[in-house]
Amino acid sequence: MTFARLFPRFLRSVAVALAAFALAPLAFAQADPIRVGFLTIKSGALAAGGRQMEEGLTLFLKQHDYTLAGRKIELFTADTAGQPAVTKTKAQELVERDKVQVLIGPLAAFEALAIDSYIRQVKVPIISPSAAAEDLTQRKVNPWFVRAVGTSAQPMHALGEYAARDLGYKRVATIGDDFAFGYETTAGFQRVFEDDGGKVVQKLWSPLNVADYGTYISQLDPKVDAVFASFAGANGLRFLKQYRTFGVKTPVLGSMTGVDEGILKNMGDEALGVISAGWYSATLDNPANKAFVAAVNKAYGADPGYYTVGAYAAGLMLEHALKAVNGRIEDKAAFMKALRSVVVDDDPRGTIRLDEYGNPIMNVYIRKVERRDGKLVNAVIKTYPGVSQFWTYDPKKFLASPVYSRDYPPARNLE
Amino acid sequence: MAFWITQSLNSLALGGLLFILSAGFSLIFGLMRIANLSHGAYFMLGAYVGLTLLRTGMNFWLAVLLAGVAIAIFGGLIERFVLRRLAGQTLSQVLATLGIAFVIADSCLWIWGGDPMPLSGPASLRGAVRVMGALFPLYRLAVIALALAAFVALWLLVEKTRMGAMIRAGVDDLDMARGVGIPVRSLFTAVFCLGAALAGMGGVIAGPILSVYPGLDADMLPLALVVVILGGVGSLVGAGVGSVVIGFIYTFGQALLPDLAYVILFLPMVLVLAARPRGLFGRIAA
Repeated sequence: MTFARLFPRFLRSVAVALAAFALAPLAFAQADPIRVGFLTIKSGALAAGGRQMEEGLTLFLKQHDYTLAGRKIELFTADTAGQPAVTKTKAQELVERDKVQVLIGPLAAFEALAIDSYIRQVKVPIISPSAAAEDLTQRKVNPWFVRAVGTSAQPMHALGEYAARDLGYKRVATIGDDFAFGYETTAGFQRVFEDDGGKVVQKLWSPLNVADYGTYISQLDPKVDAVFASFAGANGLRFLKQYRTFGVKTPVLGSMTGVDEGILKNMGDEALGVISAGWYSATLDNPANKAFVAAVNKAYGADPGYYTVGAYAAGLMLEHALKAVNGRIEDKAAFMKALRSVVVDDDPRGTIRLDEYGNPIMNVYIRKVERRDGKLVNAVIKTYPGVSQFWTYDPKKFLASPVYSRDYPPARNLE
Repeated sequence: MAFWITQSLNSLALGGLLFILSAGFSLIFGLMRIANLSHGAYFMLGAYVGLTLLRTGMNFWLAVLLAGVAIAIFGGLIERFVLRRLAGQTLSQVLATLGIAFVIADSCLWIWGGDPMPLSGPASLRGAVRVMGALFPLYRLAVIALALAAFVALWLLVEKTRMGAMIRAGVDDLDMARGVGIPVRSLFTAVFCLGAALAGMGGVIAGPILSVYPGLDADMLPLALVVVILGGVGSLVGAGVGSVVIGFIYTFGQALLPDLAYVILFLPMVLVLAARPRGLFGRIAA
């Protein structure tokens, strides 16, 4: 029996008219594009990362023809110049003048902290494609904030275990940028490494704008099993280059950013053999990543790294959350709920889901710099599946102790 | 013992770099009475130009020389067409140099992108040698030698040549120098070119140690300022002594008092300013 036979023609036309009438307001709303604000950095010292973020997001939107969950996306991009005060002004411009409904950005943790109270006040959902400061998803959870990337220490916990158990290192010296990201990464490594029986015997902090790493390299204890180096931006490249010219042979363990694909392309033999941990490597062997890497290489002629994949993943999270609410971003509470419970199964990094604090639970990869076809790559040598920001520690106990810093966890084994 | 030897050599190498950077800054400051705030930008621009030349497979030292010439010409044009129009208004001139520094920094970002890039030294100077039992990079020893050579050459220029006499006269008393017929305008241009050339060459020479990256300008400019204020404005010997002193304070300060890494450079500067505003060797107040 068919629909046509049950209903006479007249009734059918009435039904169609009624349906059209009922759906009309919705259809109207859905015709409006979704307004997305994007905070990135196009000028100043951090512009390279900002450009990679923009490339990642642009690529994602182009691949989706600027349409997510059936609705057009209108992108408003602002340059924060990497300055917290400017970031705040730009966020206000995006929210109040451009009326954006969701924000992606900013790049640096201090920028994210600068707009934190403003985001709470205006209640605009924000997806962080890069800023990794621990407390944003720990002790100072913002209900409107979720992260597409992990916390600073998330992959470093795994590296600590790998160094102690798999590599069998006993004594390690650390050196890092003298700011929050350096402290948090080093602390994460130190905590797990020492819990697994290792000892951090020396800790050095170099100012972000240090002129000469020679001073620090000459101080490093030559009798350690490895040097853990946590650098961001240009400093990883500068440090490694100097490290080798001093004739030091001690192996180097690194943060994700120290040998990131974004600067690895400009490095030489000095980077070979560096072992690092991160939530991504351009060499990951899964279909989503292969397509992603091929697309980035085609569009921009380089392998994606930290910033590119972060922004691309933020786009994916937005897409999945929008699909879950049928594109109705106007229902802020429902959208935010969907964003917090999102499960992204087609992320280049593997499946991503968020914990109750809005931070991804995801694979962490131990990577080793190798030369393949003349190009330096981060070859994956071990995978830690489904790693949480709290590692294997109890979240409540983890949150009860102070946030990772220069002095926490305390260094008890210094010599 | 190895620690002290290595760190002393590090101090000398850093001091050498600082001297090449700040000698020109000091002469310009002394003669024209303006703090050239684009000096760090010339340093970075020189490094980028050198990087581009090296990519063509050019000899390292030739690249240093050509980058110096390029930045000298650039600096000369800036002096002739921007600073000279503001002659006599030192505050406006300083502001102009600051603006030029921003323009150069953003242009570099636009042309060379924001990625940090390594700049490799000459192949013959790669690797480390043993100096009294401590491993030390050969290139840094070459930098020390180079800075010494630059110091001697500049000293001869300033103390033994006619142009040097004119520069000294200008530093001591500009009006009197003008009064006795010294072509002050051309002298300004010449000294500005020389200072820019030194900064440009310094950028390439520093490349293998510092690498090249956006922000290099802002990292180096305060160091030049500190050296010149400590050593005394317009004094070559002051720039030399100031560079070495700052090199030692910076290196040993960061090694021995790591918690004071940020202020260690500025403490001696503040002390010198309070006790002797002309700097150690200066004849005019900064």
